[in-house]
Amino acid sequence: MFIEIRKLTKKFQIDRKSRDSAAAVLTVLEDIDLEIRQGEFVSLLGASGCGKTTLLRIVSGLLAADGGTVEVGGKRVTRPRPDLSMVFQNFGLLPWRSVLDNVAFPLEIDGQSKEARYTVARPLLKLVGLDQFERHYPHELSGGMQQRVGIARALTRNPSVLLMDEPFAALDAQTREVLQSDLLRIWNETKCTVLFVTHSIDEALLLSDRIVVFKSNPGRVHAIVAPPFAGVRTTADVRMHASFGATHAELRQMI
Amino acid sequence: MKAAAYLKTHPNILRIGAVVVFFIAWEFFGRDVNPLFLSYPTAIGRAFMAITQTGELQRAFMASMVPFAIGLAISIVGGMIIGVATAHLWWLDQISEPFLSALYAIPRVALVPLIILWAGLETTGKVAILVSIAIFPVIINTYAGIKDVRGAMLDIGRVYCATPSQIFWKITLPASMPYVLAGIRLSVGLAIIGMVVAEFFTAITGLGGLIVFFANSFATAKLFVPIIVIGLLGIVTSEAISMLERYLLAWRDSEKRRN
Repeated sequence: MFIEIRKLTKKFQIDRKSRDSAAAVLTVLEDIDLEIRQGEFVSLLGASGCGKTTLLRIVSGLLAADGGTVEVGGKRVTRPRPDLSMVFQNFGLLPWRSVLDNVAFPLEIDGQSKEARYTVARPLLKLVGLDQFERHYPHELSGGMQQRVGIARALTRNPSVLLMDEPFAALDAQTREVLQSDLLRIWNETKCTVLFVTHSIDEALLLSDRIVVFKSNPGRVHAIVAPPFAGVRTTADVRMHASFGATHAELRQMI
Repeated sequence: MKAAAYLKTHPNILRIGAVVVFFIAWEFFGRDVNPLFLSYPTAIGRAFMAITQTGELQRAFMASMVPFAIGLAISIVGGMIIGVATAHLWWLDQISEPFLSALYAIPRVALVPLIILWAGLETTGKVAILVSIAIFPVIINTYAGIKDVRGAMLDIGRVYCATPSQIFWKITLPASMPYVLAGIRLSVGLAIIGMVVAEFFTAITGLGGLIVFFANSFATAKLFVPIIVIGLLGIVTSEAISMLERYLLAWRDSEKRRN
């Protein structure tokens, strides 16, 4: 399997004074096992506080686990890697950089020349439909446009895994729908593996090959659901599909 | 009512008018006062010409500007380095805190005689006095600015595998720039005060020296000239900082325009 998560456990200290007592430690994730194929679109669905974002941060290498392992492409993840890319909930743009320089940021970290960076960044801005806005600052763009910049930046290193932390939660309903269909288009073009955190059942159903349903206290995998309309979702509106309502109700029961 | 509305939308008319009326009144009534206590604008103008022709004013100006420029540069660069170092190294933060707090709590003017004892009356002494007064806002604001950079901002750098030095130069420093520039603005104002204080104590050279000299010789018209020059210096440096802010914080200006 391309991504293998084994026996993953994460605890947070919530009371610094009583270090030893069990009540002072919150188990955010307990014995998570999960396997994801290359090119798969998997959503982590659950109520807030169930540890899904924590799991994403551990997979990204930003956070260390207390037990268990994460492997991507056969290599342990212990720190952030260039083949893993992240899209943040609040867009995570650098406000003093133009749109183009935000998208080119990862390549600047790699030490590439300005010319080389822009050669990669410009087509990506076109891919997300923002080629007219490369000189703008993030604050001059709407929320939906800012997150397009965030997605374009996440693609600059041609990553094998795209980690998305509730990327559309801060957007209004109409913008969210447009970005969801754009994301599916981009996913089809780039063929990267997507791990997508959301608390919206609709969003998970629209986007995912498989949905991993989380339960909280301690955070653990409750069920894995594969929506029956996975094959048609990029071309048709899945809400029209005969089994949409039943699957939606089934998921609602679980979380 | 129409006139009031017009004046409200054209603020410069009232401002300039008030200044013109002030100078005319000063010129008119100032002539009646004993010239030992107050002068008037045309007399000050003549005094300005007189001490410019002898080169007195230019020499004093340069004597002030050299320590001012050196002291301000040390305050800005040194203050930023100390602020960055204390914000990044927890042990240096702990060690330096009592000393910086103590120095900040003592009015620096109280230290001036001691500094003169150590550093002398010349440029070194002036620079030391000036730095002791002007460096603190830069240290404090740089420290606060760096501490205020949120973890989410740093995550952007970390997730793209930036090195700690790349994170500092490309994220932490630009993110704390609004704080740093506010500190520099305060520092420039204090540097001018520090310059005058230093020259009052050393009382040999510079614009502050001229003030003491003319006051002691009851040359009241001439006394106004260095005061006005120092005021102009304050306006020019403040404008320069504003230009620097507009250039470095252009991204925030666009944010303001939007709101």
